[in-house]
Amino acid sequence: MAQIMSGAKMVVQALIDQGVDTVFGYPGGAVLPIYDEIFQQNSIKHFLVRHEQGAVHAAEGYARSTGKPGVVLVTSGPGATNAVTGLTDALMDSVPIIVMTGQVPTFMIGSDAFQEADTIGITRPCTKHNWLVKDTEELAETLHTAFHVAKTGRPGPVLVDIPKDVQFADGTYKGPSKVKSHYQPKVKGDLKAITELVEAMENAKKPIFYTGGGVINSGPAASQLLRELVAGTNFPITSTLMGLGSYPAKGENWLGMLGMHGLYEANMAMHDCDLMINIGARFDDRITGRLDAFSPGSIKAHVDIDPSSINKVIRVDIPIVGDVGHVLEDLLNVWKSRGRKTQNKDLKAWWGQIDIWRKVRCLDYKADTKTIKPQYALERLEALTKDHDRFITTEVGQHQMWAAQYLGFNDPNRWMTSGGLGTMGYGFPASIGVQVAHPDSLVINVAGEASWLMNMQEMGTAMQYGLPVKQFILNNERLGMVRQWQELLHGERYSQSWSESLPDFVKLAEAFGAKGILCSDPEDLDDAIIEMLKHNGPVIFDCAVEKHENCFPMIPSGKAHNEMLLGDASTDGAIDAAGSVLV
Amino acid sequence: MSALKIKKGTTSKSAYNLRSNYDDLIERHTLAVLVANEPGVLARVIGLFSGRGYNIESLTVAEVEQDGHTSRITIVTTGTPQVIEQIKAQLGRIVPVYEVHDLTVEGPSVERELSLFKVSGTGEKRVEALRLADVFRANVVDSTLTNFTFEVVGSPEKIDAFAELMRPLGLSEMARTGVAALSRGYLKIK
Ligand SMILES: Cc1ncc(C[n+]2csc(CCOP(=O)(O)OP(=O)(O)O)c2C)c(N)n1
Ligand SMILES: [Mg+2]
Repeated sequence: MAQIMSGAKMVVQALIDQGVDTVFGYPGGAVLPIYDEIFQQNSIKHFLVRHEQGAVHAAEGYARSTGKPGVVLVTSGPGATNAVTGLTDALMDSVPIIVMTGQVPTFMIGSDAFQEADTIGITRPCTKHNWLVKDTEELAETLHTAFHVAKTGRPGPVLVDIPKDVQFADGTYKGPSKVKSHYQPKVKGDLKAITELVEAMENAKKPIFYTGGGVINSGPAASQLLRELVAGTNFPITSTLMGLGSYPAKGENWLGMLGMHGLYEANMAMHDCDLMINIGARFDDRITGRLDAFSPGSIKAHVDIDPSSINKVIRVDIPIVGDVGHVLEDLLNVWKSRGRKTQNKDLKAWWGQIDIWRKVRCLDYKADTKTIKPQYALERLEALTKDHDRFITTEVGQHQMWAAQYLGFNDPNRWMTSGGLGTMGYGFPASIGVQVAHPDSLVINVAGEASWLMNMQEMGTAMQYGLPVKQFILNNERLGMVRQWQELLHGERYSQSWSESLPDFVKLAEAFGAKGILCSDPEDLDDAIIEMLKHNGPVIFDCAVEKHENCFPMIPSGKAHNEMLLGDASTDGAIDAAGSVLV
Repeated sequence: MSALKIKKGTTSKSAYNLRSNYDDLIERHTLAVLVANEPGVLARVIGLFSGRGYNIESLTVAEVEQDGHTSRITIVTTGTPQVIEQIKAQLGRIVPVYEVHDLTVEGPSVERELSLFKVSGTGEKRVEALRLADVFRANVVDSTLTNFTFEVVGSPEKIDAFAELMRPLGLSEMARTGVAALSRGYLKIK
């Protein structure tokens, strides 16, 4: 039964058939026909953001907190270019996003028409794939394929560019079941390689699981399998920034996050291990530090769904291409069927060593009774919210690293942060997307004042839809992370790293009709946080913290895992000339 | 050289295990990439090489199967073994790429390139150019009183050699198509 309808209607129909009920977007001339269709239906709720970058980050927050793809609709030209940062962010962090852009009519493409941009050309390197649809007959199929590509294999953002005449014209609608795609990445891992890994696990004296965002992207079942594997083997486990929550922070085998600002015990264990089992992480430079000194004595296994991740930066001994969930299932089965063997005695010694590292207590900081230390603020936030049904997003900077260190994540999909791209301005709109998906949960954006200002216009969105997102701003009146690098690397010349002329955040909140809270005394902090939690609406919490606190531990650029800086005393000459060219 | 072949969606073996000497040795590889013949696919491939800093020595593309809408891109590239493996894996990630084959390691293959040379000269030089052209089985595809245009088909090395010989004899212009390559054996690429 062929269904004839306009291209604009097809867009809405395709979204409905893909199970979409939420779209983040912003209208304009080139998408008016689609907005007209959105007006005439009730299946899909459209959230009007205040900037297209906000739409994409909101969709990312939605996607990462639900496991479902996020959907964005924006206009041509400036609408599309404003989406570029979000697309790049989603590409780096493997978030499934479908962005639909309007385009000038096909017969005007190439004529420098009003609000024409080469959207496909501009977004080619920042999408997993993109399509320009020139014929309404191909629109439905393209949209369904776009969803398939965004969700399948290593997830990522896709973009469908739809000229206005294609939206107006009639064509035949095809449902998702009629669309076949040749794009079918392999999900099952090679059993031989999996068995090799099991053998290595059986013989390892100092093993470690190093897990990443791939575990979370693989779905909740993968996190469950990971927990079973860790409990069964009693191996220690660390995770990247992106993977926090797949193994619970309260779990016994948890070493904490690894990497540049990771925990001492996690980095030392990575350096000294004899078997490294990378599951769904990608040996990012924030993780590895100096490559030639990265875990020199270990056998390395790497499970990844993307073959290009294997041997990209670190050569591995046991590569396994496949979906984390599928591979973990096979791995567990093989390990169990061979008698659940591990080197118990050696493991005990390994844990003994780890306990010595833990005693360093690398997250200790100098407490203060007069000013709020950012670490203290997060400890209190953790204490007062950990029993809530809680989602955390962050901006980018010191506060982000402190949030990763001091907050505990016990489930996947509860932690949304911009890892690969490090996008200031991510956290606020992302928190909006999370709140849309989880209206009754507590959603907190741990922010720095500078990052937060980058997308502060989204206060309008939060107010309009009554989204009670909590903006917990660790206000050090500094581009803190930049300041820290200038201190360590550029002779304390603090070039442009002040946040000058900051707004009065309480008044700013009030100007939007929201609640503002200012807290600068450690004694008032608990009450202020409780006040924030009690308020049923958006809150801007201006937490005035110590201005010169540095974020530790830190592996300086160009150094190895076992050359971590633990506190201010150890920073003199920490980064040499070769390290200073790195970012 | 070891046979390390990355098919789309799979790495069967670790490069680490297979290559004992994984150093900075630069290798030259010819890749055959089968792609959906859709708009922009060439831009994606070229964008990958420029964006990630890979080398392209030559690149040719044409539709090879009309019904299946498949095009074949032949790329000659250089890099360390690790970079070559990355290139293949990265090519494999491009959604409209169906297959990536490394003809340099997947058994023997033949490579051919077509080139045109314009040689301007008179007297002795003109005669010498014609004589050498004959040795290289070059065709004269156009001639004027002062110019010959030769067509040479062969391996890139043969074309390089011909160019070297023509230079002192008045080589004024040359155009090359880039390499087209096929494996010789049983490997069946569409
Ligand atoms: C869009 C963008 N521009 C610049 C940077 C570089 N950068 C990284 S952290 C940072 C400072 C962030 O300041 P703030 O949000 O106040 O966080 P803090 O480090 O003070 O906690 C800057 C400028 C970035 N990550 N993103
Ligand atoms: Mg700051």
